[in-house]
Amino acid sequence: MTTIVLNVNQRRYSLQVLPWVSLLDALRERLKLTGTKKGCDHGQCGACTVLCDGKRILSCLTLAVMKDGSDVTTIEGIASGDDLHPLQQAFIEHDAFQCGYCTPGQICSAVGMLNEGKARTREDVKELMSGNLCRCGANTGIINAIMEVKEGGGLE
Amino acid sequence: MVGRPVSRLEGKLKVTGAARYAAEYDVPDLLYGYVVNSTITKGKITRIDVSAAKALNGVLEVITHENRPDVASVDLKYTDMDAPPGVVFKPLLDAEVKYNGQPLALVIAEDFETARYAATLVIIEYQEEPFETCLDHNLEKARKPEKGLATMLKPPPPPPTGNFEQAFKDSPVKVDSEFRHGTEHHNPIELFATTTVYEGEGKLTIYDKTQGTVNNQLFVANVFGLHYKDVRVLSPFVGGAFGAGLRPQYQLYLCVMASLFLKRNVRVVLERKQMYPFPHRPQSYQRLRFAADANGRLTALNHLAISEASQFEDYVETVAQWSHKLYPAPNTLFEYKLASLDLFTPLDMRAPGGVTALHAIECTMDELAYEASIDPLEFRLRNYAETDPVTGKPFTSKALRECYMRAAKQFGWEKRSPAPGSMTRGNKFVGYGMATGIWDAYQFPSRVEAMITQDGKLVLNNAVTDIGTGTLTVMTQVAADELGMPMENVTFNYGDSKKPFSMFQGGSSMTASTGVGIVVAVKALKKKLLKKAKDIDGSPFKNVSGEDVAFRDGSIFLRRSPSVSVSFQEIVAANGGRPVKTTNMGAPHVLKLRKYAKATHSAAFVEVEVDKELKMITVTRAITAVAAGTIINPKTARSQITGSMVWGISKALHEETILDEKLGKYMNQNLAEYHIPVHADINELDVIFADERDDLINELGVKGVGEIGLVAMPAAVANAVFHATGKRIRELPIHFDKLL
Repeated sequence: MTTIVLNVNQRRYSLQVLPWVSLLDALRERLKLTGTKKGCDHGQCGACTVLCDGKRILSCLTLAVMKDGSDVTTIEGIASGDDLHPLQQAFIEHDAFQCGYCTPGQICSAVGMLNEGKARTREDVKELMSGNLCRCGANTGIINAIMEVKEGGGLE
Repeated sequence: MVGRPVSRLEGKLKVTGAARYAAEYDVPDLLYGYVVNSTITKGKITRIDVSAAKALNGVLEVITHENRPDVASVDLKYTDMDAPPGVVFKPLLDAEVKYNGQPLALVIAEDFETARYAATLVIIEYQEEPFETCLDHNLEKARKPEKGLATMLKPPPPPPTGNFEQAFKDSPVKVDSEFRHGTEHHNPIELFATTTVYEGEGKLTIYDKTQGTVNNQLFVANVFGLHYKDVRVLSPFVGGAFGAGLRPQYQLYLCVMASLFLKRNVRVVLERKQMYPFPHRPQSYQRLRFAADANGRLTALNHLAISEASQFEDYVETVAQWSHKLYPAPNTLFEYKLASLDLFTPLDMRAPGGVTALHAIECTMDELAYEASIDPLEFRLRNYAETDPVTGKPFTSKALRECYMRAAKQFGWEKRSPAPGSMTRGNKFVGYGMATGIWDAYQFPSRVEAMITQDGKLVLNNAVTDIGTGTLTVMTQVAADELGMPMENVTFNYGDSKKPFSMFQGGSSMTASTGVGIVVAVKALKKKLLKKAKDIDGSPFKNVSGEDVAFRDGSIFLRRSPSVSVSFQEIVAANGGRPVKTTNMGAPHVLKLRKYAKATHSAAFVEVEVDKELKMITVTRAITAVAAGTIINPKTARSQITGSMVWGISKALHEETILDEKLGKYMNQNLAEYHIPVHADINELDVIFADERDDLINELGVKGVGEIGLVAMPAAVANAVFHATGKRIRELPIHFDKLL
């Protein structure tokens, strides 16, 4: 067992984990932050996307011990209290989900993608969001929601 | 509220991560189960050694066929509501292996990682036997399916009419085509999972990924010999299912078994690869021979469909007879057969049978239109059925013509030049394709409890799930309208087997089923409220009848003098503070509907670009027009259609489960190799809802939108690919290599 510290959604957690515990399982099973989803556990679907030190990462391909001392933002930490993040609001308005299971990963990924500042066009956004699968086929709603926020002047 | 594009009521829970799915309930002292699956396809276990796994620190138990607890011995006890004819497969029953990936053991440990590691330490030795898994090699074994209860919803093809062979021979225009589809898996993004809470004394609370809470409740009770009232199945959030949740899956069975065995709370989550030895859309072979006269009127329709079944159950789909639900023809011959293979039983996957059939039918229609030198849309219009071609009965409603016309106009179909390869854009060929869609309009009985609580608000209870379809929102809209109440004063409780009965959520049936249940229950509740209002001392409603009053904003009013009213709160207060409630069953009008045919319809128009050298195919834009009766919520209904259109593009161009017939095993058991469209694959999608009023079908005039958006799309894409390239590709998915 190793003792690590994770700063998740601006709260400090000290936890004991074995090296084989993924960040995803640490969040879901140890910290009970189940907003981060497991869809493949192989880095193929994007449902487990979280922000780590401001960058989007796949928490299923990350061991918890690798992130000792890091700042992690999960979907539970995207809103400011009761005020939804503009992306969260846009996802609701554009009906950018059906079952909702890929949604936390899509939103965290979109926050990270917009932070990266590489996307210029709708085509860029589609390409840079293509690591996040949606089986319900809400693709157009998701991209519409992100474009609205992007064109509305970014994040905050 | 009906007709308004209301945003999903559970939206905030879903975008903040607060919505809890089956594997996410925080349960004390939870144990984790991990499944060990067979590495062979057929044979017997000769030795199973769990000692190393059990010796591992943190492992509590390994359950195998050798030490499993007793389960029901009668086959019938395993028969869930959606079980096809045959004998339901029972995990860990005995040493026999019937398909690759069959669950053979469950390791239970204190944590997930330990269970997963211990599973690798279970040693299994087998005696292998020969097997058959490839449909194409076994077509000659095809036979008629067994009949059973499930046959009621999926009737066999009707008997032949006229003389097909003679008519086909004599017709001047004809096409004879073969179509092959591989396997597809539902692949919802949520992994199949069950969390079982052991409440003691044979009582269980189960959080399960399912489309039918009551179905799985009864299954668990029957199999494990529990009283059904002691088993509660909850499934308020379902991370996609698409049919895979219509029957209880093996993680439920194993999780409950472990919970009862150890008298502990247990969670079993399947890995992605463990969701491939699983229900799936079956492999299929189709041969279609369609013929027309010189004027482009269909004369003869023959559709033979052969699908895969398992060795233990005859799963059937409605495939062969769809063409005659769309187009009249005097000579018809439809056949549907199954070939049993050493694979797990297939199961309904979004638009089961329909999407398989309509790809073949609508590609054949396109081919026939070209043979007859008639525009493909015009060809459909010449063969338009005003009444049901099979029975001659009128449709309850059919706005398919409007679908064709509005979608064609918006798409710009008139700009199409018919010759293949005649339209280009830079270094791309451009193709326009269209196809027709049809799906049934199902409705099942549904029981709803409706009550007015002390605060004068409406609460509704029903066991139905919301698998992402928008059921919560739509049902709240229906109830709000029925009682004249704002939506925020309506609470719809669902996803719980303890609530009044609902069938599993499938077949595009739930808006009609639960919706009618709500209408019936709220109507009864209004009567009861009026009766209670009359009982109040000095009530101004003493001598009035139902027609004299209106219900609005939580009160009953006298129509002729609206200042006279009584609020629901006052009625409940006069009722001693006890909620005024009623429970009623909504059901289809079977007798009345016998005189009619019922169906939803659609028309899909698709533009593709095909790279001239690389042959890469892109669906650049698509429009689907849908006739499905009243659309209760255009926002969520639109998402159902665009989602289905993505599925159609996926079926046409992306997804397939690849079977290695020498190993009897699926080879791409992960989301990197099982391709579904990513955001970059999806371009402009548009939806038109035809103005279709249906006063006959049910109280709400709704016909369902879950599947109708999918059925026409694969053929529309394939026809567009033909128009772009001149190549008829009759196997799906169409990858670029097939065009090289």
